[in-house]
Amino acid sequence: MNKPEVNPPPALITANGLTCIREERILFESLDLEIKAGEIIQIEGPNGVGKTSLLRILAGLSMPYDGEVRFQETSIASVSDNFHQNLLYLGHLPGVKGEMTAQENLEFNLAMHGLDSELAEETLQEVNLLGFEDTLASHLSAGQHRRIALAKLWQSNALIWILDEPFTAIDKAGVKKLEQLFIGHAKRGGCVILTTHQDLAIPESLLKKITLAYRFY
Amino acid sequence: MMMNNNSITPANLENIKNNLSYRAAFMLILKRDITIAFRHRDDIINPLLFFVIVVTLFPLGIGPESSTLSRIAPGIIWVAALLSTLLSLDRLFKSDHDDGSLEQMLLSPHPVFILVLAKIVAHWLLTGLPLIFIAPLLAVLLHLNENSYEALMLTLLLGTPILSLIGAIGVALTVGIKKGGVLLSLLVLPLYIPVLIFATSAIDTAAMNLPFSGQLAIIAALFFGSLTLAPFAVSAALKVSTN
Repeated sequence: MNKPEVNPPPALITANGLTCIREERILFESLDLEIKAGEIIQIEGPNGVGKTSLLRILAGLSMPYDGEVRFQETSIASVSDNFHQNLLYLGHLPGVKGEMTAQENLEFNLAMHGLDSELAEETLQEVNLLGFEDTLASHLSAGQHRRIALAKLWQSNALIWILDEPFTAIDKAGVKKLEQLFIGHAKRGGCVILTTHQDLAIPESLLKKITLAYRFY
Repeated sequence: MMMNNNSITPANLENIKNNLSYRAAFMLILKRDITIAFRHRDDIINPLLFFVIVVTLFPLGIGPESSTLSRIAPGIIWVAALLSTLLSLDRLFKSDHDDGSLEQMLLSPHPVFILVLAKIVAHWLLTGLPLIFIAPLLAVLLHLNENSYEALMLTLLLGTPILSLIGAIGVALTVGIKKGGVLLSLLVLPLYIPVLIFATSAIDTAAMNLPFSGQLAIIAALFFGSLTLAPFAVSAALKVSTN
């Protein structure tokens, strides 16, 4: 396999010297990252080590104590419109409204990202929620909530997916399907940054692992 | 079947941009918030019942003497309106914060102030507007001077949106705090004082058959000031609260 390495894939996200302090404790210090198109990044580490904090900083939800996150060479704070159009972030809360049905939730999520909300019904089929489309989300299980939140991945044309524990409460078949989706996304030139404690069935060539460790003094 | 094998190109992004008009984003949030409220009706009815009950307590406590009641009626109605708005404010961002949809909103491609403005408008339609409809009935109960009805309605129409707008700043600041309820009232109630002063003064002036356009103009100025500035303050406060 000799790939033409004339144009190395551009870095989508670069982070320089990220430092995160929570409750007087340094979670990580001077962390440098470069995430290129076509990469799947798995962030590993024990509970409470700062995985979620790192994802939130990369998504621009939290401010790092020090350092900067750049999207295509510009700071995400100054290109927030362009960055947000290219970003799909799913936190550990699914953002599903109990008062709305599964389909209404998905239609809203799609429309918020400027996608065609009419695709909601067929997308629900992808996440095995067909038959529940008119059920209020408050009557659905935690796994089904997560499926509603994840469903927009199937329609998304954002380059950067940042997913905090996407497999929580998802069954084995669902995990397999998501892994295939991530691989497809990476191959189309996107990147996926996720945290999970599961071993991923994703080819080594695409997967990059970043391990965070506790700091002791 | 949805997996198109085209690579993600900037052309796709142009499509996204076209689908994202400010108006569409505004209507989307407005519709969603109103749908949710109608499926959760006690959120609309409780503040309204609170308003009615607080106003009803005064004649019971003070006695049915019409001269006393009509003297204090503007103050009672407005204070009850402030308190019932305060009671309903929590709903504005709390549930969105708790279930993660607030994060999604902050990271959506739309400008946050449009989304915030839509949420505030929805809040006013569901709490401020019903107050305006029910206030004249309660004014009858309090023997409000018959010249004052116009002033009462106009001050409520201009004043209740201010309550929602300023209140939203307070909620946005306290939404991340576990028990932010008391703090919210300490933050927000002092900021409601100018509206209260000018609104009750307008109603009193109208009772004396004098022109009240001066007070009304000041309330209108407060309204437009908070309408243009509050959404930005709220978006900044939400970013701090989710940090």
